[in-house]
Amino acid sequence: MANPSAVCNGHLHHHHHQKQNNLLKSGVCKKNGITKGMKKNGVSNGTLYKKTFIEHFEQAPMYVAVLTFVGFGVGTIFGYLRDFMRAWGLEKRNIAEEREQQKDFVPLYQDFENFYTRNLYMRIRDNWNRPICSVPGPQFDLMERVTDDYNWTFRFTGRTIKNVINMGSYNYLGFAETEPNALKTVTKELQKYGTGICSTRQEMGTLDKHVELEKLVAKFLGVDDAMVFGMGFATNSMNIPALVGKGCLILSDELNHTSLVLGARLSGATIRIFKHNNMQSLEKLLRDAIIYGQPRSRRAWRKIIILVEGIYSMEGSIVRLPEIVSLKKKYKAYLYLDEAHSIGAVGATGRGVVEYFGMSPDDVDVLMGTFTKSFGAAGGYIAGKKDLVDFLRTHSHSAVYATSMCPPVAEQIIRAMKCLMGLDGTTQGLQRVRQLGKNTRYFRRRLHEMGFIIYGNDDSPVVPLLLYMPGKIGAFARRMLEKNIGVVVVGFPATPITESRARFCVSAAHTREMLDTVLNALDELGDFLQLKYSRYSKSSHPELYEETRFELED
Amino acid sequence: MSAAVGVGQQWVLVEMVQAFYEAPAYHLILEGILILWIIRLIFSKTYKLQERSDLTPKEKEELIEEWQPEPLVPPVPKDHPALNYNIVSGPPTHKITVNGKECINFASFNFLGLLENEKVKSAAQASLKKYGVGTCGPRGFYGTFDVHLELEDRLAKFMRTEEAIIYSYGFATIASAIPAYSKRGDIVFVDEAACFAIQKGLQASRSNIKLFKHNDMADLERLLKEQEAEDQKNPRKARVTRRFIVVEGLYMNTGDVCPLPELIKLKYKYKVRIFLEESLSFGVLGEHGRGITEHFGINIDDIDLISANMENSLASIGGFCCGRSFIIDHQRLSGQGYCFSASLPPLLAAAAIEALNIMEDNPDIFQTLRTKCEHMHKALQGISGLKVVGESFSPALHLQLEDSSGSRENDVKLLKRVVDYCMNSGIALTQARYLEKEEKCLPSPSIRVVVTVEQTEQELDKAASLIKEAAQSVLN
Repeated sequence: MANPSAVCNGHLHHHHHQKQNNLLKSGVCKKNGITKGMKKNGVSNGTLYKKTFIEHFEQAPMYVAVLTFVGFGVGTIFGYLRDFMRAWGLEKRNIAEEREQQKDFVPLYQDFENFYTRNLYMRIRDNWNRPICSVPGPQFDLMERVTDDYNWTFRFTGRTIKNVINMGSYNYLGFAETEPNALKTVTKELQKYGTGICSTRQEMGTLDKHVELEKLVAKFLGVDDAMVFGMGFATNSMNIPALVGKGCLILSDELNHTSLVLGARLSGATIRIFKHNNMQSLEKLLRDAIIYGQPRSRRAWRKIIILVEGIYSMEGSIVRLPEIVSLKKKYKAYLYLDEAHSIGAVGATGRGVVEYFGMSPDDVDVLMGTFTKSFGAAGGYIAGKKDLVDFLRTHSHSAVYATSMCPPVAEQIIRAMKCLMGLDGTTQGLQRVRQLGKNTRYFRRRLHEMGFIIYGNDDSPVVPLLLYMPGKIGAFARRMLEKNIGVVVVGFPATPITESRARFCVSAAHTREMLDTVLNALDELGDFLQLKYSRYSKSSHPELYEETRFELED
Repeated sequence: MSAAVGVGQQWVLVEMVQAFYEAPAYHLILEGILILWIIRLIFSKTYKLQERSDLTPKEKEELIEEWQPEPLVPPVPKDHPALNYNIVSGPPTHKITVNGKECINFASFNFLGLLENEKVKSAAQASLKKYGVGTCGPRGFYGTFDVHLELEDRLAKFMRTEEAIIYSYGFATIASAIPAYSKRGDIVFVDEAACFAIQKGLQASRSNIKLFKHNDMADLERLLKEQEAEDQKNPRKARVTRRFIVVEGLYMNTGDVCPLPELIKLKYKYKVRIFLEESLSFGVLGEHGRGITEHFGINIDDIDLISANMENSLASIGGFCCGRSFIIDHQRLSGQGYCFSASLPPLLAAAAIEALNIMEDNPDIFQTLRTKCEHMHKALQGISGLKVVGESFSPALHLQLEDSSGSRENDVKLLKRVVDYCMNSGIALTQARYLEKEEKCLPSPSIRVVVTVEQTEQELDKAASLIKEAAQSVLN
């Protein structure tokens, strides 16, 4: 029943149309189906995909799901017990209290709202917000902190934990660096401009630096024009409302980032959710939307916009762009693509998923991305046709009400982008992109071989490793830190309740030795914590991961 | 016993049959018709359903074929007033080069002149050297740097509150803070003139919004009383309905201060929490620049939450909220712009810390600023055609048309000509920009004049007389 599942591409492939539709309906590709089907799709022309597209979402054995629920159950029961004890004064209350003068106000928080935080999150709180005191490069220094009251408060010991391998930061291309030569221009611009702007883009906050950056971004992406904004999150939440409104329909992937969700909500448009990366679900919504129009009034929708991300940060999956583009063309919808994690991180020259699939930037109506990740800076952009960008210049909430981007940050983006484009006269940028690809595939392949369940696309530098049980979240992250490795762990509510996970972000700056250190530690810990849930037989791996493929891309 | 019951039942049956025989024929016919009627009513549809037949696949295809969406964006006319930005070459400091012309800056909110401060720059340089530029992650995932903790600590100490929390974008601060507390069903009383960030925060919270007239406490009290009456009708609901008043210390859109002492009275009388947006008043008002609470001499603990950005007085980027830990700490898991966004670049946090140092070391700076604001406010009085809006001590004043030409579009054009006139003579000004269709209560068009400590008295006078000249040539 719970076969190891992997989703493979090619269901729009003509030769296998029927067979593959069936496969998709059942949601499961049999092992043989994958390897053979894939090879064929990989070579043949006339498909939407120019190369193999493999994504894994292996299901855990049933006992894991049961134990996970048992874990949450036990945690909840103890939570109630301790709440009871706190209420009766049997246990010390560590929670900050309402002011005496305001005790008769309506309570600011409902008691149950914080039950989860108080009783489950608090047990493992030491694994988040770990303060660092160095550049977030391939290795960083952590400030050591201890707790005397079971994570209610932390105390710094004054020591630092040096050279922790950083598997958590989104430093995909390694541009988070302090090498003085690399930062020469940034230093210069900081000296020239200072840090602030003290105005908005539409008033007195458009600097020559912004104009330069916008031209470069447009050139990098191969589009008419681009506009940059001071914060990645706000790029979504403050621009989507300018593009759509009442009477428009937003079709949004169920796993879209909060900023997209917020932007969609603020727009006042109707929002419908399709299953993650599921083209049947999207097509059905598109068809129904056009056929039946708006609810009640039955008026036709003014426009339909599809919101998707390039790489999903919690799943490691890559958007099925070719299929989405063909759907959006067929149904005359618009496509808004958020490349927060994918720009710089995939594609032969780092131009994101559009390049990864060998498509034209014209296929996507709104290209959005952030500079926080691959570029080691801050902020975001929206790029596309001149009409679009002109409209945003006049109607973006951000352009009118928010302070524009800080000039040294803009310079960091410019230098990273020029490096990627080879405008600095070296091939360093290209090397970084290639190194990232190599590191990603190596890291993923080894984890597969060890028998972990990892999610997502083989080319995605975001690597989620499934832990499932709530107790293992804390144990995993603490043990890894003992081995001087900094990892990110995530649980409910950021993931489904049964799918707690650790997430690694591979970087071009990671050396093979660093990755091997991490992998060895994971191997050991995987046995100790019994995390190797995968039921792929080891023998199938040589089939799935032919060495030749890696060598070709080296 | 049971036999007796059986006999009784039998007797009833016999009686019924007898009654049937004895009943008159018309009665039977009537009853028969009634029974048939009932059967008909049960089995027939009493109303006609709408003619509903599913669309055939062909019809569906036709519908899909026929549908034509609106373009993604409407074309923007080339002469749209907001399309062609002023372009600043070099830093936007006291002396500024706008569109190639050197001017004195009366447009950027660089109140304390910290934008070009060498100490701030070198603090940022040192940070750049140590941390690089970006943080490559949100606060939860290794995006918390020691400088962030230090800045939060320093802000809390400066404001004399228990805790502070920083955001990486000024706009996102209050816009994230409001929905962290106020949810669907809660009630927010908000001033009409509230800035756009507050409006967006309220929209995201999906709470009930009650607008009161700008700075009109009687109107606010009327709404509070109405709500009180409502609460008495439904006390169970009232016990779980949170209520908030959201106001600005110094209003961005009007340059007025809020009547905070009266608001505090209303707060305790009607048990409503107060959220205060201080982006303009932080680092401006009060003896030490602590803002509107210090200005009025109010205990800061009486305000539930204070939010401000670090993009004006502090001349950095980002924003912060401060207050009691009971309130602020909640945002660390519920403030969307805090949890889901990359943290503030360390060099910007370092710049803000250094700016705080300067503010603490030179408390005179706030008096200097106040004197200059008052000077400017006075100098701008009596210009024919333009009226000054805002407090005398506000560093951002609005100049509105005394008599509107009747259409907003024309007013904007007239003001633009005034701005252009000044810009040509070396004074950089800007109109206050708004998204006209998005604002809840659209403020009248205005020129915003920003006073900073760097402007000399001569420069202030020059600007004032130039504006007067411009108004004369354009408006009369």
